[in-house]
Amino acid sequence: MRREGSPFSGLSTVAMKEAADHMTSPRMHLVMLLVLLTAFGSIYAAIGEIKNTLSEDQFLFLRLFTTAREPLPSFVAFLGFLLPLVAIALGFDAINGEYNRRTMSRILSQPIYRDALLAGKFVGGLLVIGICLLTLWLLMTGMGILMLGLPPSGEEIMRGLAFLIASLAYAGVWLAISMLFSTLFRAPATSALAGLTLWLVFTIFWSMIGPLVAGAIAPVDPFDPTTAVHQAEIAHAIARLSPNTLFGEATLALLNPATRALGLIFVNQLQGALIGAPLPFDQSILLIWPQFSGLIAAMLLVYTIAYVVFQRQEIRA
Amino acid sequence: MSAPVIEAAGLTKHYGRSVAVEGLDLVVNKGEIFGLLGPNGSGKTTTILLLLGLTEPDGGSVRVLGHDPLREPLEVKRRVGYLPDAVGFYDSMSAWENLRYTMRLAGISSAEERIASALARVRLTEVADRRVSTFSRGMRQRLGIADLLAKGSELAILDEPTSGLDPQSTQELLDLIVQLAGEGMTIVLSSHLLSMVQAICSRVALFHRGRVGLVGRVADLASQVLGGSYIIEVEAEGCDTAKIVADVPQITRMTVVASDVTRVDAEIDIRPEIASRIVAAGGRLKRLSMDRSSLDEVYVRYFEQVDHAA
Repeated sequence: MRREGSPFSGLSTVAMKEAADHMTSPRMHLVMLLVLLTAFGSIYAAIGEIKNTLSEDQFLFLRLFTTAREPLPSFVAFLGFLLPLVAIALGFDAINGEYNRRTMSRILSQPIYRDALLAGKFVGGLLVIGICLLTLWLLMTGMGILMLGLPPSGEEIMRGLAFLIASLAYAGVWLAISMLFSTLFRAPATSALAGLTLWLVFTIFWSMIGPLVAGAIAPVDPFDPTTAVHQAEIAHAIARLSPNTLFGEATLALLNPATRALGLIFVNQLQGALIGAPLPFDQSILLIWPQFSGLIAAMLLVYTIAYVVFQRQEIRA
Repeated sequence: MSAPVIEAAGLTKHYGRSVAVEGLDLVVNKGEIFGLLGPNGSGKTTTILLLLGLTEPDGGSVRVLGHDPLREPLEVKRRVGYLPDAVGFYDSMSAWENLRYTMRLAGISSAEERIASALARVRLTEVADRRVSTFSRGMRQRLGIADLLAKGSELAILDEPTSGLDPQSTQELLDLIVQLAGEGMTIVLSSHLLSMVQAICSRVALFHRGRVGLVGRVADLASQVLGGSYIIEVEAEGCDTAKIVADVPQITRMTVVASDVTRVDAEIDIRPEIASRIVAAGGRLKRLSMDRSSLDEVYVRYFEQVDHAA
C-alpha cells in the first residue's frame, strides 16, 4: 500500500531541535568536559614526548594524535575509548524518552511520518558529535602550532580530516546502537546499561574473545604451519566484527603514513618495500577503505534494525 | 448537510489475542461534540489512534475529513488535532517553544501570531516563557488545547481531557471546549466520567469491550434504555421508608443509599403513592426526586441488560 506525502517532511525540524537540546543538556556538557580533559592531557603529554625525542619526522603533526607517554594513552586511543560513551549518552533515551515524557503520541499526531522522527534524532545526534569532533580537532591543531612552533602540512590536514570522518562514522555506529536500545527497552536506565555493556564488551573483552573463539574453530596443528596462519586469520576476522577494531585500524593507517598493511603479512610480500617510508595519502585511504565501508555498513544495519522495530511499535502503552 | 467529518465502518483492531475494537461503526458530523464514553480498557483510545492513523486496523474502513488516515496520514494529521491522555511536553522548553516546535513540524512558518492568540485564548500568555516543567496539570491540558488552536485544527480529538483535573479546572476546560465547538470546530472527546461530559456532548457513543453499545443523544438513550423503569430517590426523616413502601406492587427494586435516602425502582411513576404513605406514617418527607437522564444510570442499566442477554 502506498502512502502519500514525503517521509522527510519535518526531518530537519526534528534534527535541529534535537541538536539544540543536546547542546544545552548538562549530560552532554559533562561528557564533553571529560573528553576535553583527556584530550588536553594526552596532547600535552604527546608534545612533551615529541620535544624530548627531537627526531626528524615528516609527519610531526600527526604524532600529536598518536604519541603516548606513560601512563597516559594517546589521543587516538582515548577517542576510540570515549567516542562510544558520547554516542551512548546522546542516544540512550532518544525513543523511550519520548514515551516516558508522553510526548510521543502528540509529536506523531503532527503531519510527519515516524521516519522523520527517528532519522531526525539520528541526524541531530550525529550533527552534535560532528561539531564536537571538529572543535576538538581545531583545538588540538591550534595547541600543536603554539607549542611545537610549526604549521601542519597540506597532507597532514588531509589526513586529519579523513581521521575526523572516520571518527564520525565510528560514533555513528554507536549512536545507532544506543538508539536501537532506546527503541527496544522502555526504561532509559536499561537501555543505557545495555549500551554500556556492549561498549565494555567491545573495548575490553573483545581482544580476549577473538583468539579464544578462533582457537576453538581452527585449532593449530603443530606439524602444519598453515593452520597457525588460518587461526590468526580467523582471529582477525572476529576482531574486525568490533567497530573498535575497525576504527583502530583506520586511524592507524591514516595517522601513521608508514603503515602499509593491516593484519597478517608475509616476509616475501615485503620484498622490495622501503620499510618506514610513508605511503601517499591516496594509498592510505585505499588501505582503510574496507574498514571505513565496514563502519558505514554497521551504522546502516543497526539503524535499519532500529527503524523496523520502531515502525512496528504501538504508540500507546 | 455536508459530508460527515468521521466515518468508520466495521473497524476492527486486535492486540495479539485480545480484542481492542470490534466492528466499530461511527459517524460524526461537523460542529458536533461527540463523546466516546466507557470504562477504562473499553477501546476508546484505540479507536482514537485508528482515526488518526497512528495504528493500523485489522479490518474495516475509516475516513476522516474525506481522507483515509492510513493512506494519507499527513493530510489527515495536518487538519486534525490530537490531545492525548495526560499530554506531555518537553519540560526543558518554554510553553512558547513547545508550540513553535509543533508549528514547525506542521510546516507552518511565521506562526508567532497564531501562537500568541492561541496562548491568550487559554489564558497562558503570562507564563508563555516559563518552562513547562513548572506547569500544573490543568495548565498542561490548556497548553494542549492551545496547540490544537494554533495548528488551526478542524477536528479536535481529546482523549480523557478532564482526567486528573480538579473540579474548577475541569469546568474551565469544558467551557473552553463548548466555546470551540460553537466556533465550528468538531470535537471528539473520550471519557470514563460519564456524568461530567454528558452536559456538553451533543451525541455520545457508549463503549463496552471494544464495541459501541449505543449511539445517540443523551436524552434519547435514557428513554430508550431506561424505558419502562423509573428511578425515584426518597429522602425522609422519622420513618422507615423501605418498610412503609415495600408493599407497593409496582416496585421492582429498593436500595438504601444513605441513612435517610432510599432509592426505589418502579415500573411506573409512583411518587404520589410514596409521598402519601410517608406522610400517613408520620414521617417528614424532605425530597422526592426522579432522574431519568443520568448517563451513569443509562450505562449501568444498558450493560446489565447486555450481560444478562449474553
